[in-house]
Parts: sequence; structure tokens; C-alpha cells
Amino acid sequence: MSDRKPSTPADTPAAAGDDIGVVDNPWQGLRAFTDARIGLGRAGISLPTQRMLEFQLAHAQAKDAVHWPLDVAALSEQVTDTLDIDAPLRLHSRASDRTEYLQRPDLGRRLDEDSRRSLDETADADGSPFDLALVIVDGLSARAIEAHAVNFVAALTRELEADENDWRCAPLTVVEQGRVAIGDEVGEALNARAVLVLIGERPGLSSPDSLGLYLTWAPKRGISDAQRNCISNVRPEGLKIDAAAARARYLLNEARRLELSGVKLKDRSEDDVIDHDNDDTGNFLTY
Amino acid sequence: MSGRYRYTLGERSYRFESLAELMAKATPARSGDRLAGVIAESAEQRVVAQMALADLPLATFLEDLLVPYEEDEITRLIVDRHDRQAFETISSFTVGDFRNWLLSDDATPEVLEALRPGITPEMAAAVCKIMRNQDLILVARKCRVRSAFRNTIGLAGHLSTRLQPNHPTDDLTGIAASIFDGLLYGNGDAVIGINPATDNVAQSVKLLHMLDAVIRKYEIPTQSCVLTHVTNTLEAIEQGAPVDLVFQSIGGTEATNRGFGFGLAELAEARDAALSLKRGSVGDNVMYFETGQGSSLSADAHHGLDQQTCEARAYAVAREFKPLLVNTVVGFIGPEYLFDGKEITRAGLEDHFCGKLLGVPMGCDVCYTNHAEADQNDMDNLLTLLGVAGCNFVMGIPGSDDIMLNYQTTSFHDALYVRRALGLKPAPEFEAWLEHMEIVRDGDSQRLSERLPQAFARSLERLPETGS
Repeated sequence: MSDRKPSTPADTPAAAGDDIGVVDNPWQGLRAFTDARIGLGRAGISLPTQRMLEFQLAHAQAKDAVHWPLDVAALSEQVTDTLDIDAPLRLHSRASDRTEYLQRPDLGRRLDEDSRRSLDETADADGSPFDLALVIVDGLSARAIEAHAVNFVAALTRELEADENDWRCAPLTVVEQGRVAIGDEVGEALNARAVLVLIGERPGLSSPDSLGLYLTWAPKRGISDAQRNCISNVRPEGLKIDAAAARARYLLNEARRLELSGVKLKDRSEDDVIDHDNDDTGNFLTY
Repeated sequence: MSGRYRYTLGERSYRFESLAELMAKATPARSGDRLAGVIAESAEQRVVAQMALADLPLATFLEDLLVPYEEDEITRLIVDRHDRQAFETISSFTVGDFRNWLLSDDATPEVLEALRPGITPEMAAAVCKIMRNQDLILVARKCRVRSAFRNTIGLAGHLSTRLQPNHPTDDLTGIAASIFDGLLYGNGDAVIGINPATDNVAQSVKLLHMLDAVIRKYEIPTQSCVLTHVTNTLEAIEQGAPVDLVFQSIGGTEATNRGFGFGLAELAEARDAALSLKRGSVGDNVMYFETGQGSSLSADAHHGLDQQTCEARAYAVAREFKPLLVNTVVGFIGPEYLFDGKEITRAGLEDHFCGKLLGVPMGCDVCYTNHAEADQNDMDNLLTLLGVAGCNFVMGIPGSDDIMLNYQTTSFHDALYVRRALGLKPAPEFEAWLEHMEIVRDGDSQRLSERLPQAFARSLERLPETGS
């Protein structure tokens, strides 16, 4: 439950007498059940110095993650070394830099002209459609891409190789300054029946490296978010890579069977109710 | 209609093609209006638009409808519910006169309350655009909007909090741990409200039972809510779940709400269902709405309007259903709509003002995301300003960090800060409970006990083994 990183509040309470003016909370044991910042103690009614600075550090890391540029060369090397495929085709959105990207999501959803041209050339090489296009997009956290994208592609490749359907994959692409919907334009240009976007999610304080997956059947520029399925919070401390790959395979097969994606494609790959050890609603507050 | 909205400044004549354009150009700058392409082209044009708007008779808004009556059920709601008699007081005013009058000593809390049904959202939005932040604070402070369910929210000198114990997997012990923390920090009088990680009926029912059990066991004078879609809550009620409040995100155009998957009829049906349960003890306000500038643009349903005007129209929806709580989630939507701390602050004050003027029990999720140009200091500022303005409630979460929704909002500590700095108290029924449980000491709701209250010490003893 609490695989916490060094950046989140330490579980060890301050040594007694160390923190002048701080009232500790005697319920620090509850930290074992949640990553929420509970039992922080107080100085008067305010945050103790150490807790306040821990928060500032986490926020600084999240801010840095938003502005961290994707190292495409390193990613390409990782792809060729690990996956034994060609280096990904490098693409760019119409948002020229991060500042523009943050204020103009519309530009982040469109490919720039050079990218569009090189994609069209790629697609022309073979007239028949691909079953799937995987598109890696930096999104709001390049760190998520650098940490998990290649591992996920490897895990999904294993899933698809074991699948009863044959999955003919389009050349791998990587998009800088991109939003989710840019995958539709890429998939359409590559003549792919389905597109799966791997994108860095908006960093949370305790999750600067969370990967999101978005599936669209019959990708086409301008289709709405309601026609997408999402698998979120993919990271070692969240939804694990292998589990995410298994769910993606499930959704891909369902999309292929029904020839659609989005709200009409229900994810029944997991129980409707997240059930922990107990069927009732009991907890230490009400036992 | 073309050319109707003109203004001459020196030798130059400015023309605004429509009332929508005039309103948009008069709006203080923000990224969402830039994204929509409706923002003023220069700083000067913005002030000229404000001058033109100030000269406009309020009655104009009853004739020149920003979204056509035939196309939009919210326009129909606004027009059909407008009270001409209440409007009489201000019927001869221009927008500029309206600002002066609101700030005057004639506009007492009693007069403002009687006026509410005569004000339309567009009038509120218009006057808001020519008010400075201090004006928005001073007038909002005069507009008290009370609501009640198991306690009374919105009294002068009181500030309530929603205890928001979210957990990324809805783990019940994890949720309980955050509730425990929040209650012992004196939070949770507005509502104990969970955003479920898994958004379906079965999960909602489970969480509703859990919250109901906690509230009953400790006899807390507060209410619970699971923030799921209105149709899910309706189903939960049909299944016999203990629903206190019906939640829904709402927007200011019919098309926005259709994007959210509901219409006014669904809200009415759900409200009737919740009322039939008769679970409130001191009042029957059973709705909890969330709003936020930018939602209509985000849903491509803004009809060319600026985002602040769309937002004000959402309050017409809210007040129709007599809510307990309305919460503008001001910084959640991201920098493409509100870019930085300055824009978030302005929007928070605007939304609170417009809501209160229209008679909506307004609270604010003082918040930001990690891709916005904002930080804790911006939130401290807005929280303090809203405390001065008489905001009904804010959020309270552990250490400002929502580990499920991945954004930062006000913490349990922040609520205590603003209560202490401004001498504000929680809802009176809840305050009495805090004293009774010995969470606060010596009858002073701004001072926490040094010792762990007995009832809660006993709960801790029931903790499962953690192996640590």
C-alpha cells in the first residue's frame, strides 16, 4: 500500500523533543493505510516546518516534471536496444514549446506539417491497413515516458504475441508537445484500425511519473473523447505495467470484436466493485 | 442587432457586434477566453468594452438573450423564472448604476435577499466584469445565503469545510484514516464527500453505507455525499442506499449539461427522490453541485460566450434546486482556462460573488494543478480573500494533497488558519459536537485539544495489524 518514495513524508516521527512547538498526532500508525498526508502534527494550528518543506519539495518535483523535455534520442536508443525494432518515427505537434503547449491544447492535438509529411510517406510504403498503431506522447510528464513507455510496449508486445488474433503493428511513433487526441491523426495517417496512445499524465504530488493509455478504434482527426477508453495511473506504485498491458489487450480485443471504442465499450476486465478483504463496509472507525 | 453596442472614446468609435462580444471583451483577461478566441484584442479595448457595458441598461439582458430561448433549457429557466416585481428596484439601472447601488448603504443584506429572483445570471456576470476584487468581496459579504440539512451552513461569521477523504483505490480503511484525521482537525461540517475512484452504482452504494455508519456512530451533525453521476445516485436511492445529498457537476448551457449526460428533468427527479428519504434533521437542502469556469468551452458548448458568463448561468440551474452546497472548483480545469494564480484568484472571487448575488450557497475549491502557474502562496491569498468575502465553505483534505484526483486544494490546517485569522467558526451544530467530543478545548473552536479524545482513542485500538 505505502511504497512511498523518499519525497513523501517520512514515516518516522520526529524524535521527541526535537521539534520545538510542534504537537505530534498520536495516529501516525494510520499512515500504513493511505498515502494521504495524515497525522502531520501542528505548530499552533499550522503545518510544522518539516512537513511544510516536504510538501514544497514534492510540488517542486511535480513542477519540474511538467517542464522536463523528453529526451527523444535516449528513448530511441532504449527502443532499439530493448525491443529489437526500428527506432520510432519522431513527430512534433503544432505547439512550439511548453508555454504554448500549456495554453493551447488545440495545437497539441495537431501534427505540424513536417510530421504530417513524413507520416504520409511512411503509410504509403504499404497499402493495407495496420491492426494497431502505438503512439508515444510526452504529454504532461516526459518522466513517465522515460520511465515506463518502453517497458509497457515490451509487456504489450508479449500480450499480443500470445493473443489468438494476429496484431500487425504500424511503425512506432513518438510525439513531442502532444495531447491525447494527436494519436487519432497519427493513426489515421498510418491507416491503422486502432490506435493506443501512451502519454505522460499530469503529475500529482506523489506521482510525477504516471503513464496514461488511451485507445481509439477507427482513429480519425476530430473525434470526441467519448469515443476513447482510458487506462490511467500506470506506474509501479499504481497500476502495474503487466496488469496495464493485460487490460489493454482485453480492450483491444473488445474494440476489434465490437468495432468501436469509448463509452459503449465497457471495461469488465475487473470487478465492478473494488473489493478488498471484506464484503461489508466495516473499518476501524465503525467496528 | 449589429452596431447596437458602440462606444466613443475621444475621436475613436468602437463597435461590438453583439452583446456576447461586448461581454467577452469586457472580461478581465484569462487564458480560456483567449483559447475560445473571444478575448479583448487589447488592454484598451477591454476597458472600452467595460465602459460600454457600464452604460448598458440592465433591462437589455431581458431582451437580448445570449443563448436563444428555443435552443436552450437554461435560457428558458432564466427567463421563465425571472421575477419582474423583484426586478422593479433595479429596473431603471444601467450596469454601472447597479455596481454603485450594490456598493451603497441602500443595498443591505435584507434588500439584496429580496432582490435575488429579479437578478438574472447575465446581469450578475455583467456587473461582475466592471467590479474590482475588493468590490466583489465587499458586496458578496452582504449576501448571506443559508442552507441546512443536519447543520446550518452560511451563517455570518462561520466557515464550513467539506472533508474530502479520497483514496486512489477507494480502500475503506484508507478513507477512514483520512476522515479520522479531518474530524480531529475540526473539519467536515459542510459534508464528508468522496470522489469515488471507481465510478459506478455498486461502489457508490458501498461508500454511502460506510459514510452513513461513521456519521451515525459518532453522531456527527453533518451529511455525506458520494460524488457520482446523478443517474447513479438515483439508482442508489432505488436500491435503498442512505443518500443524504445528490451530487452533480453542472454547466451554464444545455449543451454543456448534455455533455455531462443529464438535463434539468433528471435533477428534479433525483431531488424528489432524495427529499422522499427525509434524512435531514434541521433542513431539506439535498443537492450538492460543482461548477467551474471553462467547462462549457471544454465541452464545445459555449455559444461564443466568455467563460465567466457561462459560469454565472450555471448558478441559475443551481438555485432552481435549492442546494445545500455549490462549489466552484476554480483551479482544477488547468492553465488553458485559468493560467496562473492571478487568474485563478480573480475567477474564484467572481464565482463566489455571482453565486451569492443570485442566492446560491457558494463555496470554493481553492485549488490548482501542477501544470498551472500557481502555488501554495496563491492559495493562501485566495483562501484569505474568500474568508473575508464570507464564503460558505472550502475543502479540507490531508496536507493539501489529493492523492486520487492529483491536484492541490486547501488542507485541514488551512481551514483552521482562516478560521483563526478571521475569527470564523464552523457550523453551530458541528461546533457544539466538536466541544462535546473534546476535539476542541475550553469551548474555543479555534484551539485543538492536546489529548486524543476518548471515542477516537478507542477507534485506534481497533486498528488491524499492519506488520509495521
